[in-house]
Amino acid sequence: MGNDILPVVWFALIGLAIMMYIILDGFSLGIGILFPFVKEGKYRDIMMNTAAPVWDGNQTWMILGGAGLYGAFPLAYATILPAMYLPLILMLLALIFRGIAFEFRFKSNRSRKWFDFAFSGGAIVATFAQGVVLGGIIGGFQVENRQYAGNTFDWFSIFGLFTGIALLVGYALLGAAWLVVKTEGNLQKRFYRIVRPLTLLLILAMLIISIWTPLSNDRIADRWFNFPNIIGLSIVPILVVVLTLSIIRSIAKRHEKLIFIQVVGLFLLGLIGLVISFFPVLIPPDITIWDASSHRSSQIFLLVGYSILLPIVLAYTAYSYWIFRGKVREGEGYH
Amino acid sequence: MLGFDALDLARFQFAFTVSFHIIFPAFSIGLASFLMATEALWLKTGNEIYHNIYRFWVRIFAVVFGLGVVSGVVMAYEFGTNWSGFAERAGDITGVLLTYEVLTAFFLEAGFLGIMLFGEKKVGRRLHFIATCMVAVGTLISATWILMSNSFMQTPSGYEVVGGRFEPANWLHIMFNPSFPYRLVHMVLAAFISVGFAVAGGGAYHLLRNREDPAARRMFSMAMWIIVVALPIQIIAGDAHGLNTLEHQPAKVAAMEGHWENGPSEEGMPLVLFGLPDKENERNRFEVAIPHASSVILTHTWDGQIQGLSDWPQEEWPDVALVFWSFRIMVGLGFLMLAIGLVSLFLRWKKTLYNQAWFHRIALIASPAGFIALLAGWVTTEGGRQPWVVYGLMRTDDAVSPLHASSVSASLIGFIVVYAIIFGIGTYYFLKLIKHEPTENMPAGGAGEDRQPKRPFSAADDSLEEQHKGA
Repeated sequence: MGNDILPVVWFALIGLAIMMYIILDGFSLGIGILFPFVKEGKYRDIMMNTAAPVWDGNQTWMILGGAGLYGAFPLAYATILPAMYLPLILMLLALIFRGIAFEFRFKSNRSRKWFDFAFSGGAIVATFAQGVVLGGIIGGFQVENRQYAGNTFDWFSIFGLFTGIALLVGYALLGAAWLVVKTEGNLQKRFYRIVRPLTLLLILAMLIISIWTPLSNDRIADRWFNFPNIIGLSIVPILVVVLTLSIIRSIAKRHEKLIFIQVVGLFLLGLIGLVISFFPVLIPPDITIWDASSHRSSQIFLLVGYSILLPIVLAYTAYSYWIFRGKVREGEGYH
Repeated sequence: MLGFDALDLARFQFAFTVSFHIIFPAFSIGLASFLMATEALWLKTGNEIYHNIYRFWVRIFAVVFGLGVVSGVVMAYEFGTNWSGFAERAGDITGVLLTYEVLTAFFLEAGFLGIMLFGEKKVGRRLHFIATCMVAVGTLISATWILMSNSFMQTPSGYEVVGGRFEPANWLHIMFNPSFPYRLVHMVLAAFISVGFAVAGGGAYHLLRNREDPAARRMFSMAMWIIVVALPIQIIAGDAHGLNTLEHQPAKVAAMEGHWENGPSEEGMPLVLFGLPDKENERNRFEVAIPHASSVILTHTWDGQIQGLSDWPQEEWPDVALVFWSFRIMVGLGFLMLAIGLVSLFLRWKKTLYNQAWFHRIALIASPAGFIALLAGWVTTEGGRQPWVVYGLMRTDDAVSPLHASSVSASLIGFIVVYAIIFGIGTYYFLKLIKHEPTENMPAGGAGEDRQPKRPFSAADDSLEEQHKGA
């Protein structure tokens, strides 16, 4: 069982979906997180318009990841979801709120401030809940007889609250970097100003998580700090430092698009760090991708559909963003 | 909450969220085909009325499709959050089928929905029509995957039980399990009929305001044709589906019919028209029944025998009253809808279809009838499957997630509150669109633009509020 390649392929596919989701919905949620700091109605319109044509497609990746998990790793789907029940339900409800607010905000005048509130509140709650879920999964939970065996509030931990806040910072950074790309003038200046502090805060959060996890999990400590692993793996933190410095440089040089790409790079490194810490464990502490796999024929059957669809969705996504390239100006965009 | 345990609450939550959800895909399935027919008539006859009807309903289609996507996200996660026993043991099969449904929906959005909603000015008429056809076919394919999964739960086949888990042994047998073809036909016809009544209601609304409105006349007429043609077929299909259920799930039929015991062999089974199922005493109170009729309907013989509930231990009975009544609501509405169809034929023959305000009022009141019957039908088949989640093999109480009742109560309250707000706004907006004059230009847009298919809502640009037209 342990040498079957199919589960690895599925792990990579679902990882790709999650990564796409974090980057794409991350910046749209980030816009909502930054909403409280921008009071002017006309600026808020612009901010919304920088995501309006693409945000709904971004959520595609969350469903693609979730449904893929159900079909390819039913054990993971059937244990992570009940273990993280309350934060996940909260996230779903918040995402619904955020989505509907997004659509109807443009179709309203008098009630617009309510939709602003729902949009921003939905984004903040959804992001925090996602961070809590992330922390909960990293912390691991009890599984017996292939079912979740913990309690209602096992997902709750100081670490989870911390990852929740860290994700708020992270998405706010993605949002700010995106807005730097898509806006200009005074509004853009504001986002330029907050990219650096947000980057430094995120780096601090990543540092704390990188110290916290090996301290609380011997296996992770062993994987990172054991010789010779440490030589190869030390490239990850080195790259993080290099990227941080280049983000600061790009801000000074006003390389707007490069900043966003570098921020995405930071997120990628974070994900790579998690994979290094856990692979091939899918459900911490010890259930591997091979333990959690569905039947071989299920994974093959599903792979056929994914192989056809994934390139289409990727191409469509790229095409949408290309059409939407350039700055969003006041009074332009969706009515 | 109120003395319910986690299982009851999880069941109620699923029923609530899935009932909300199913209305939108059913609406999309029927409306997409209606739009396809309308556009075909436009291309064939060149009559602009069809074009106007198309443009009127395509906006509504966009909003309905959007609400379906929003409510569908919850469904994609609910099997794991609330039914982890089921997800873990049957995920190798149902997880794959569900994912294929998701893939189909995304394929549609990325490909053809954009052209259908926004591309009329960019592509030729022929290509636009092909896009509409693809969306219509796509909604049917989506329904196919979900109904395969549901039918597998009703009449499982092609599986192997290994260590308590359902593993796929033959995908063709899994997908084309014994009840699937019947369920597909029954559901698709139900979607057509529901949309027939919805379109008739929209047409009737405008006829009541202006009897001469040509688009309103034409859509009302088309809808009545759909009803007249689809209802008799549905009654035959429903009968066939019932026989299939009798073969594979006889206890469900016993509950639907209110049969507690096997009848004396020479008498045949009566058809219970009315009664109050009394589980304690295993009989119906105030029963009104037609002798032999049930035998005639279900066995197509005068004295045919049907198993009563007493053939199974009580712990394998479904909730008899629920199944009994939901079935009667569905059938009762079915015949009422048939009657409306027949009246329309009579009025058409008398050439007064567009002049009878009383009939338009009836059509307006009846506009949700199809959807109510559809929901009642789902309650019958899902409630009748109980106490099994996979019929005869896995009980629902083994399928539920190991959650505390307080967690499920909290999420249930959350769903009820959020759905009430969201779908309240959605319905309000939907009704605003219906009130629109059925003649307006098509919106233009596409991938990466403001109006685009990943957010179907952008196809409609009415303001949510009166007087304050768009920002």
